[in-house]
Amino acid sequence: MWYYEKKLQYPVRVSACNPRIAKYLMEQYGGADGELAAALRYLNQRYTIPDRVMGLLNDIGTEEFAHLEMIATMVYKLTKDATPDQLKEAGLGPHYVNHGKSLYFENAAGESFTVAHIQSKGDPIADLYEDIAAEEKARSTYQWIINVSDDPMLNDALGFLREREVVHSQRFREAVDLIKEEQGKKKVF
Amino acid sequence: MAKENKLPESYYTDLQALQAVDFTLVELTLYLDTHPDDLEALKQFNSAAKKSAELRAAFEARYGPLREFGHSYSSYPWQWSKAPWPWQV
Amino acid sequence: MPTYRKWYYPYSSPFDPCPPLTRVPYETPVQLYLGFQPPGMKQFSPLQALSHGTLWPGLYTPYTDPYNPKKKEA
Repeated sequence: MWYYEKKLQYPVRVSACNPRIAKYLMEQYGGADGELAAALRYLNQRYTIPDRVMGLLNDIGTEEFAHLEMIATMVYKLTKDATPDQLKEAGLGPHYVNHGKSLYFENAAGESFTVAHIQSKGDPIADLYEDIAAEEKARSTYQWIINVSDDPMLNDALGFLREREVVHSQRFREAVDLIKEEQGKKKVF
Repeated sequence: MAKENKLPESYYTDLQALQAVDFTLVELTLYLDTHPDDLEALKQFNSAAKKSAELRAAFEARYGPLREFGHSYSSYPWQWSKAPWPWQV
Repeated sequence: MPTYRKWYYPYSSPFDPCPPLTRVPYETPVQLYLGFQPPGMKQFSPLQALSHGTLWPGLYTPYTDPYNPKKKEA
């Protein structure tokens, strides 16, 4: 089971009420390569992966929920005090008439989250390569958001999240090395 | 009327100290998942876990419980469900 | 030590509507080069690790907006 801890993994601060950046950030909330997709992908794949790397999928999947909460916090802070006019101006008019100021699992273009993007093949190499690709895609999304964001405080937390994609990709690459090793041989560094 | 419930500045620095040691634990956990035989990393993990428990106990004594479902104690009245929540601070 | 950003030079036509970007950057971060992480790599302090997003300087690959190099580093 899981236990909630009443703190974020990393402090989230934003400089200004800025619903336009909130809209961009929704790509990492309910987008195909976002944090929700990542968490669900790894926690679903963990049942049918070799024991040797099951723990890694479990733990990275858990960390992704902490990242999802950071993204949600950013979106919340960037929109909580915005007026309907400001939301409209930022392209969030359609979001507002359907969802008010609540968060919704959708991408930056307003398309609802769908699990159809999350593959699980039950083939350990296919799944781990998908996981590596997912980390690289999420890393790119963070880069493109940083390129269109002019909020230095927000970019600080986005830089943290992007670096986590680098580390996760590194670990998934190691996971591939571990399960492709000849059986009965011990890893030497 | 909005109720003013400002946290002291120390809340943020104490929180960050805890986030820092807990982040080291996240990093060491993922590392040990792929390097289970690294004894030095394992020792570092256990000593960071001890440090985290100390910082967490001190933080909770000042600002209230951090962990759900009985992994933190509560004083009276029930403190867990009290604002602010992490996305509000 | 590898470099973590490379560039490619796309063909540009005299009939392209926007002023050409003569070189286009792409990122090639550390996980492409490190291999299986060796034990005992140098570490950041816990507070530095938090602010860098990793415990190991050897895994730290920061990103800057290539179109706006003066913008604060992410």
